[in-house]
Amino acid sequence: MAEDLHMISAIVEDRPGVLFKVTSLIRRRGFNIATITVGGSEKENVSRITITMRGAPRVVEQMVKQLSKIPDVIKIIELTPDEAVYRELAMVKVTAAEPAKRSDILNYISIFRGRVIDASTDSLVIEIVGNPTKISAFLDLMKSFGIAELARTGTVALARGPRSSKGDEGS
Amino acid sequence: MRLSGAKAIVESLKSEKVEVVFGIPGGSTIPLFDAFYDSDLRHILCRHEQCAAHMADGYARVKGKPGVCTATSGPGATNLVTGIAVAYMDSSPIIAITGQVPQQMIGKDAFQEADIVGITNPITKYAFQVTSASQIPDTVKIAFLLSSTNRMGPVLIDVPKDIFYEEVDLDSYQRFSLKGYNVRSGEPHPYSIKKAVGLILVSERPVIIAGGGVIASNGGEELVRLAELIMAPVATTLMGKGSIPETHPLSVGMVGMHGKGECNLTVEAADLIIAVGVRFTDRSTGNLEKFGEGAKVIHIDIDPAEIGKNVRVDVPIVADARKTLATLAKKLGEVGSKRGENDWTRRLREIKSQYSDKYKEADGGLRPSKLLRLLREGIPGKAIVTTGVGQNQMWAALHFQALEPRTFITSGGLGAMGFGLPASIGAKVAAPDRPIFNIDGDGGFIMTEQDLATAVVEKIPTVSIILNNRVLGMVRQWQCMFCDKRYSQTDLGKVPDFVKLAEAYGAEGVRVESYREFETAIRRSLRAEVPVVIDVPVSADEKVLPMVPPGKRLKEVVWYG
Repeated sequence: MAEDLHMISAIVEDRPGVLFKVTSLIRRRGFNIATITVGGSEKENVSRITITMRGAPRVVEQMVKQLSKIPDVIKIIELTPDEAVYRELAMVKVTAAEPAKRSDILNYISIFRGRVIDASTDSLVIEIVGNPTKISAFLDLMKSFGIAELARTGTVALARGPRSSKGDEGS
Repeated sequence: MRLSGAKAIVESLKSEKVEVVFGIPGGSTIPLFDAFYDSDLRHILCRHEQCAAHMADGYARVKGKPGVCTATSGPGATNLVTGIAVAYMDSSPIIAITGQVPQQMIGKDAFQEADIVGITNPITKYAFQVTSASQIPDTVKIAFLLSSTNRMGPVLIDVPKDIFYEEVDLDSYQRFSLKGYNVRSGEPHPYSIKKAVGLILVSERPVIIAGGGVIASNGGEELVRLAELIMAPVATTLMGKGSIPETHPLSVGMVGMHGKGECNLTVEAADLIIAVGVRFTDRSTGNLEKFGEGAKVIHIDIDPAEIGKNVRVDVPIVADARKTLATLAKKLGEVGSKRGENDWTRRLREIKSQYSDKYKEADGGLRPSKLLRLLREGIPGKAIVTTGVGQNQMWAALHFQALEPRTFITSGGLGAMGFGLPASIGAKVAAPDRPIFNIDGDGGFIMTEQDLATAVVEKIPTVSIILNNRVLGMVRQWQCMFCDKRYSQTDLGKVPDFVKLAEAYGAEGVRVESYREFETAIRRSLRAEVPVVIDVPVSADEKVLPMVPPGKRLKEVVWYG
């Protein structure tokens, strides 16, 4: 059975050690996450940590409950792919010395709405933003040209529509 | 009012009504101890920081409010770790205050520097490091709040040495933001109560499993009231021991791997399990897949993360154990569902009488079960027992009947050998008028034996009963039962002489060779003004039985080793 993708937004106090507490808990309880991102939120002194994971609903529920117990976690919001917009950014360096290859690459970039952000005689650095499946599809194409380096940010997500505050209050 | 960070800690502790601190000073906490010097806080000087933490824990479990311990930076702090982990696993409220190297030296691998905040993160409810003296008043306040509310637990406050000297204005200190922590009312949700009452009303064979949460919430009376109302037998976990008097007709003793056979069989026969303040550890459930097969489960716990963690639940109730038990009894009383003798209670009596005489012990030496029964007869009901870990602990759990909550104190979750003696010292400080007995093994006693010195010097007379088999008995039992008697590294040799050891510390040492001598020693120890060590030789072949072998379900009880 394919396990569904789950996205969890943790709204946390912005202070030293909070990311450590979250990741330490994930490690200690054996949760298997796909990505984790941290950054600012709409409020001062409050950060948003976005975690994606695949797992059975019971495992995800347990992780949400455990995360909620961290006193620095103000709120946890579970987002399903249907109810959320989510994006990832990737930067990929592709070897492209031959002109024919280079034009193929540029075509694909345009189809996937990516951008070239650096170019040299034998390589391109491409920026691509989108949902993670789109990025993976693009990267699969780039593999045939030769990926020299790759950096993915992990997913960030927000709930669709006006909803913003639904979620488990921390305890 | 302006004062130093060190004095601010003392003042903050006093405003939390702290009377006693257990600890050892060191380089980083010299200024803190200078502040203790002219305060009226009692400081008990320990001989090892692990014991300071266990003492604070023992104190907390008797008092039901946080115990405080302190250690210096580096090794002092790391020595606390086992004690903090014990408190975390058993949800016991302790506050650990550690010194840290001065702020400008943090991260430079300075002398006696250890990242105690990082080390204790997974075993505390919160680990603070203060970065300015102005944070101290609010940090201490919040530490006590965190420690003693919702599911209780340990909190650590790490204080860099320079902050002890820095001045703080008590009228305008810094507040700590803690938006993510809400103190729960503990009131059960009416909808959950309604569903639970529904399940109870249709049940024919209800069983209550009471855990540490019943004791932590002071819910003993409410537990007994509900049990009597619905005529449900009460099994306890190790942590729940004492929540119901074990002489009560509905008490069936401890459940689980080393639980009473009749208790395990009762739980297996149930059609409804009401689990209160338990977390369904592997030691309590046996084979998890088969646990509660054919029964509905109501799970009451203050910690939402415990619901559904290990066992599938039909009715979850996230609430305070005492309040929920009281509400359930009230609602059931309203619908007039008082039960009398019925098929289930008759069956229960049958199970009990069938199995109560099955406890068999090896020949030779004094038998732990009888010793523990004699101990019960020889000491008052309000006397407090602490234990070591291993066979001594399980014998105590099986054969020593606890009559009141908070009178059976043991390292349940972590299972830390060496807990018994220091916990007994902490318990005695909390309850100086009550006799305190540490039931220990020789292996565990040695692990913290140096704190006999603390007990002697501070005049804290507790009694240690060492069930002395000269082996690491529980491991040896498993080697006997599951490793074909290949006794690898479990023979401790015939040292030390515990009588001489006790005497070397200025305590009283007694060796007993018969039940009569044991009874006399117990009687005399009740009047002793110094700590007493009673050395009781028992056979190395004595086992904890019955037992549910690992991976087996509760009814697969093994009665003979």
